[in-house]
Parts: sequence; structure tokens; C-alpha cells
Amino acid sequence: MELKDIINPNNLVYEKPKLLTENTMHYCPGCSHGVIHRLLAEVIEDMGIQDKTIGVSPVGCAVFAYNYLEIDWQEAAHGRAPAVATGIARTNPDKVVFTYQGDGDLASIGTAEIMHACNRGENMVVIFVNNGIYGMTGGQMAPTTLLGQITATTPNGRDAGRNGYPLKITELIAQLPGTSYVTRQSVHTPATIRKCKKAITKAFQAAIDKKGTSFVEVVSTCNMNWKMTPVKANEWMVDNMFPFYVPGDLKDSSKNDPESYTPLKN
Amino acid sequence: MGELRLMKGNEVIAEAAIRCGCDGYFGYPITPQSEVMETLMDREPWNETGMVVLQAESEIASIHMIYGAAATGKKVITSSSSPGISLMAEGISYIAGSELPCVIVNVQRGGPGLGTIQPSQADYYQSTKGGGHGDYHLIVLAPSSVQEMNDFVELGFQLAFKYRNPAMILTDGVIGQMMEKVVLADYIPRLTDEEIDQKYGSWVTNGRKQNRQRNIITSLEMDSARMENNNLRLQEKYARMEEEDVLFEEIQCEDAEYLLVAFGSSARICQKAVDQAREKGIKVGLLRPISLFPFPKKPIAALAKQVKGMLVVEMNAGQMIEDVQLAAGCSIPVKHFGRMGGIIPSPGEVVEALEQKLIGG
Repeated sequence: MELKDIINPNNLVYEKPKLLTENTMHYCPGCSHGVIHRLLAEVIEDMGIQDKTIGVSPVGCAVFAYNYLEIDWQEAAHGRAPAVATGIARTNPDKVVFTYQGDGDLASIGTAEIMHACNRGENMVVIFVNNGIYGMTGGQMAPTTLLGQITATTPNGRDAGRNGYPLKITELIAQLPGTSYVTRQSVHTPATIRKCKKAITKAFQAAIDKKGTSFVEVVSTCNMNWKMTPVKANEWMVDNMFPFYVPGDLKDSSKNDPESYTPLKN
Repeated sequence: MGELRLMKGNEVIAEAAIRCGCDGYFGYPITPQSEVMETLMDREPWNETGMVVLQAESEIASIHMIYGAAATGKKVITSSSSPGISLMAEGISYIAGSELPCVIVNVQRGGPGLGTIQPSQADYYQSTKGGGHGDYHLIVLAPSSVQEMNDFVELGFQLAFKYRNPAMILTDGVIGQMMEKVVLADYIPRLTDEEIDQKYGSWVTNGRKQNRQRNIITSLEMDSARMENNNLRLQEKYARMEEEDVLFEEIQCEDAEYLLVAFGSSARICQKAVDQAREKGIKVGLLRPISLFPFPKKPIAALAKQVKGMLVVEMNAGQMIEDVQLAAGCSIPVKHFGRMGGIIPSPGEVVEALEQKLIGG
């Protein structure tokens, strides 16, 4: 058997999504972003919504997300992606809008914007990549950094007295009546990648169905700034992050009725 | 001919936005301009034209909502007052850097800091010299009547779309709060999504169509050579504004021996001061810059050859005077008269200042 007999459409088990560009990714080897980008490309392609999807990229490692998916993109200021997405979604109700944000962007500088966009129930998807550290600026403490975790600005480990506590922002988001689907996923094994794809698909469908905001946290690794090999980083994430950032659905209004709010009579 | 009404300046901004086919307003309450959003919410334009009105959680959020909607080719407007505009500086810089059109209304109040809710013109520097980070300019229009509050909304959009640049209507608590008769504009229909694709398909991020490349709206460029080119392109645009879209008004300048230079509500006061001075036999004229950027340098340079001196009247410590001095050169004295902290000068005070600082001096 020759190589040309093997490279044959009948033998195809996987191909690069058409929506992924040919651009070489700037992410470090072992980083979770590349896998999450691929899942987004697959979901948008599978759902056939390329012509009406607008991505809003953040400030942080994913600042260049717009280089990798063949869709329209807008680059937001640090933390403001949910406000930018609100402006797009409100004036373009037939379009599908998602933000792609890291933990510094979403849970620190952009806390007001994410809370209020979710509380208003903007019809959009939020992809929240939580690796517990500032990647782009060189590994400083993030709001999600675990207690005791060593970063460039917590060289002796995060101390609650000095630095406060790691923020479970997804748990807060799940309390807001504007959100319909809030989930925490990961992409460190083939099984979790498949599960995460299902979650992203469900989130996009909820936005298309005008169910309010869908929020997908992906607990991720930053092996470069954690100063670990990719394999070790995956193990460290499972051992240290999962006990605190527990994977699973936090809210699914297709299963549970949302809390009812009764307006005052005028 | 449009409909004649008696209205407040702030209310007229709202009415003009609806009538000019605006797609959205995003704002946050702040005195002395809250009537803009209140009027819009009361008018419920979403039922009439489909215009979206949203009260944001902050001025920061509202300007970034504007940034998002503007990127899709929509005609969007926000309004605020001085401290709120400071909060918007980040977003305004991004909008200018990404070359998007929008209209921002600043109904100025006194500063610095929380300052006062009374009128002021102390945001001249902030509005005309940048305000946020980086080398950029807004198109800045300064209305001096409620009628111009109406007219400059559509004019602001026309210029904003012509240059793909944010336009600011720089007004103050006097014009925002005062009532005058106004001829309202006729309705212009909002653009459909198909019309937006036809007109702005080369840059809008409203979903990639089969017949075009994907569009990316960003102000980021890591390659220094390309980033410098982006800056040069912006500078060329600002130079073109100076060639094509300078707006100003000359009042009784033909025989003037002295010149008042004032914008917005100060210009209204100076109009009366011109009459009072002429009753005293002083031949004085008024030059009113309407576009503060691009600034009317040429007419000021021309009048510098005619008059014996210029008095720049502003409700601030002396900001526009720097641009007037640059345009006038050193051949004649250019003095400043201003009040601050929410105090509005009277026409008599202006005449007195003219006599003391220029004629007597």
C-alpha cells in the first residue's frame, strides 16, 4: 500500500474545520486556546451560521483570535467585550454574537460589563477561558489564581490577606436571571473535548433561540506561565483547579424553570 | 418645511436622533443631560422606527456598546456630560483608532473632578486635542442654539460616515437646558441590513457574506511600520477635514476693528455684546467657530490682518485661545476673557473686558 492509497477521502476520520484559517497560531505549545478555537470553528460550521456570526475578541492571549476563524470579528478593549457584544446584538437581533474572554479580562477589569450583560440577558454566548493567570503580560496573578499559587506578582504564592480570594465568577453569573445556560468545561482529554463541544453547541443554540446569555467556562492550562510541561499542566489542573472550579453544568434553564420575578403593578 | 416646536436642547437631541434614522442610543444618566435618554424612553422609538434605546450600566459600557453597534454599520449615538465623557475616553480612542462613525454628545458641566452641574466650556482641550490616548481627533461641532442641537445630529452623522470617524457635539448646560423654538427635521428612514451591506460591505462586521472577505474591526497592529502607516492615514484624514469641512460664522465682521472669538453659548452672549459695544461706538465683530475641529484657522488669520485685537471669550480658563493665537500669529494682541465654575458671563462683562484688555490697553 502506498501513501496515496492511504490519503483517500474514504479513509478520512478527521479534517481541519474549514472555518479555521491557515494562519499559524501564536499560542504556546500545550495551550488550551487552540483546541477551544477549533471547537468554535466546528460548532459554527456544523450549525451553518458563519454568515451571521460575529466574534468579539478580548485583550489577553486571545487578542489575536480574529486571525484564526473565518468569520467577522471585532476586537474589544480590555474587559469590554460584553458591552461591545451588547451593542452588536441589540442593533442586529438576527445575528449570532459571542465573546471570547480570559479570566483577567472577564473576572477582573471587565467584571461590571460581564455581570450587567448577563443580568440583562443579552442574547449572546460567552466563552470564558479560565487558566488562573495573566498569560499575555507574563504570568501575573489573576482574580482566579488559587490561594498559594505562584505567579509573577505572587512570587511566594497568593495570600488571602494580601491578595484576596480566588473569584468563582461563574457561580455568580449562574445566579443572574438573564443567563439561561451556565456551564464549566475543560479540554484536556478527548472525552472532555467532545463534551465541551456539546456545551458550546448548546450555548449557541440558546442564543439563537433568544433565551438570554449562555456562559461556557473552560478551565484551561497555561503551562508556559505555570512553568510546567503540557502534560504536567493538565495533571496540575485536574489536581488543583478542579476541586475549586468544579466541572459541570451550573444552570440549565431548559431543565429547570428560571427564578420568577414579578414586575410592580403601575 | 419641518414641524415647529418649543423644546429643550436636550430633548431636541433625542427627537433629532429618532428623525434622522438612528439605529441606537446607548447612555447613562448624568446631569445636565439626562433629558436626552428620558425623552427617548418616553418616545419609545422602537415602536416607531425600530431604534434601540438602552440604559447601560456605566458610560464605559455605553461607549463600548456604541463601538460594537457602529462596527456593524449602524447609525448610533450616545450622550453624556463632562465626567461621563472622561469615562468614555477609552472607548472613544478605540472608535477613532478603528475608524468607525458615531455621534457623541457632551453637554458640558464645570470641572475638574465632580465639579459642578452648572454649564462650562472647560472640555475644549479634551474634545479637540484627543481626550483619550493616541494621536487622534474627533470632528467637533459646537451648537449655539437649540436649532443647531437639532441640525448637528444629522450633520454629525454625515461627517462621521464621510470620514469614518467619531463626531462630537460639544455643547453645555446652557444650550442643553434652555428652551427655544426649533424646526424639526423630516424623518429619514433607517437603513436596511441590505442597504448597509451595499454601502459599507467593505468594512462592517455584521456577519461574513458569501460574496465578501471576512471583515475585522480592530485598532491593534503589532507591526510598527504598518502601525505608523495607520497613523499616517488618520493624519491624512484630519488634514482632509481641514480642507473640506471647516464651519464657522462671521457676525458684523466687515468693518470690525476688534474681534470677539467665541463658540457655543459664549457666542450667543457675545452676539449681544457686539450690539452693546457698537451702541457705544466700538466697531466689533464676532467670529464663531462652529467646527472646533477642524478649527477655522484661515478666517482667523484673515481677520488678524484687519482688526486691532481679538478677545477670546470662553467659559473656561483659556483653552480655545491657544488655537486662536496660533491662527492669528503675533501681529495683534489676542486676549482671553472667561468665567469658570458654572458662572455664565453677561454681555456687559464681555464689553467691559474688551475695553479693559484691548481698547484701553
